[in-house]
Amino acid sequence: MNFPVLLGKELREQWRTYRFLAIAVVFVAFAGLLSPITAKLAPELLKSLTISAGQTISIQLPEPTAADAIAQFLKNLTQIGVIALILVAMGTVALERERGTAATVLSKPVSRLSFLLAKFAALTLTFAISLALAALACWYYTVVLFGSLDAGLFLRLSLLAALYLWVWLAVTFLCSALFKSQVAAGGLAFGLYVASSLLGIVPQLQDYLPGALIEGAGRLSVGAPADVGRAVAVSLAVVALCLLAAWRVFEQHEL
Amino acid sequence: MAQHGNTIACQGLTKHYGAVQALRGLDLAVPEGAIFGFLGPNGAGKTTTIKLLTGLSRPTAGRAWVAGQEVAFNRQARRARLGYLAEEPAFYSWLSGREFLTYVGRLFGLGGRELTRRLDELLELADLGAAARRRIGGYSRGMRQRLGIAQAMINRPAVLFLDEPCSALDPLGRKEILQVIARLRGQATVFMSTHILADVERACDTVGIIDQGRLVAQAPIEELRERYAAPVFLVEVEPGEGRLAALAASLRQLPWVARLEVGENRLRLSARDLAAAKRELPGLVAASGLTLLHYELALPSLEDVFVQLVEGETKKPGFSEKPGF
Repeated sequence: MNFPVLLGKELREQWRTYRFLAIAVVFVAFAGLLSPITAKLAPELLKSLTISAGQTISIQLPEPTAADAIAQFLKNLTQIGVIALILVAMGTVALERERGTAATVLSKPVSRLSFLLAKFAALTLTFAISLALAALACWYYTVVLFGSLDAGLFLRLSLLAALYLWVWLAVTFLCSALFKSQVAAGGLAFGLYVASSLLGIVPQLQDYLPGALIEGAGRLSVGAPADVGRAVAVSLAVVALCLLAAWRVFEQHEL
Repeated sequence: MAQHGNTIACQGLTKHYGAVQALRGLDLAVPEGAIFGFLGPNGAGKTTTIKLLTGLSRPTAGRAWVAGQEVAFNRQARRARLGYLAEEPAFYSWLSGREFLTYVGRLFGLGGRELTRRLDELLELADLGAAARRRIGGYSRGMRQRLGIAQAMINRPAVLFLDEPCSALDPLGRKEILQVIARLRGQATVFMSTHILADVERACDTVGIIDQGRLVAQAPIEELRERYAAPVFLVEVEPGEGRLAALAASLRQLPWVARLEVGENRLRLSARDLAAAKRELPGLVAASGLTLLHYELALPSLEDVFVQLVEGETKKPGFSEKPGF
């Protein structure tokens, strides 16, 4: 009933506290702009380093391509992007409990489910817009620096990256609902992120983990086939389960 | 039924936090329209009680009713006629006072002119009109408390829970808050917890005294004074005569002396036996050779009641009291 009121407050908070701006800047700068530029300039940089060290060994580097820019884009999103995401989302619920604002709001006719969903929707929107801006910037600079990039292909692999980030947003959100301390929430989310990366080494699990979305996106960028159906299904299930668990846990919290 | 005729009622309300027994079978009944002072030292169970009554916390045992409905943990629909101010009210510092009240009003389904009118009323009630468009982050503690009362009142609640609304405020801030609470008389039943005796005497008409998770007394303030407090004699002598301590020492030996406080040139004596005290005290003062300046049989204060009910002969730390007599 009052979900739109709650969502409005959350979106206004993202804007007024500069969270949206910070996330958008990090995504656009690191993933959007730096990725194609790094891909283009990396061979030049390596060459200059070798010369300045006074060594005579010559390294043969292939000519960089748009696929290198995309690989860099995906890498930056899955590293800096996820860390930024954890840092921003870890306090979403925990801080409201710690500061007491949750008790103020939830002593009104507000269901805890609406309270949580409004927060998750606002976070999702913030990251979706930031990622869209970053992807747009990456696509534009890749076209400028490397000549061409199939927009449809880039959209598909960006959507896979978006789903990957959404999974970690949901996981961090659950952690934030579990703890009253945002540091504890962030710590657990980061631990799970590392654990997931380690699990990716196990061949039997590889195709099911969210990391397979990024692997698939990488393959798409070089024109190879990518079967990401299982990873997409598992990722969507993880998001749903995280939200369900966050709700069930939060329902039981005493404020 | 426990709630019969009362706006707030508890029956055996119990709350344990692990090994800590915060509430131990609290029975309570607050009549409609009362400004009820819930008085007790720090750690007595006041905040726990309010959190249970507002459904923010889950009881270990017992039941409670507020405004005709049984309180259930985390049942938001039942809170539509409640108002709640936390002990340390928390707001979104990036919103202005008016924006926060607008947000809360909309959560209650208010909108349009009705909401604007209500905001104007509450900002005036809380004396925040001039600061309404400033960010809450820049508010003083007193302003935040007043904003807290305003947000708790926005839905015209039948019952208003205020948890230590005056704690940690300077005297002026306390006076302002108590004035706001006084203005609520006739509009709502107010359940106000505090550890400040003077505030209860100033603002409340009924008081419940809680200690170690149990209600030790509950009645209108005047009735409590009459029922529990021993009469209090105030004696003032010429300063600088040095014999007051000797008089005090001899008084402490007497069986009818319940409690004795000694100041520089003043005595405050609570008597177990009023007749004996009336008969013997003037003679004892005269016999001590002190020059008597003032002698009065005073009405007991709520502090005297509290001392008798909770503290015994020794005051507990952490309990605020009125400045000396």
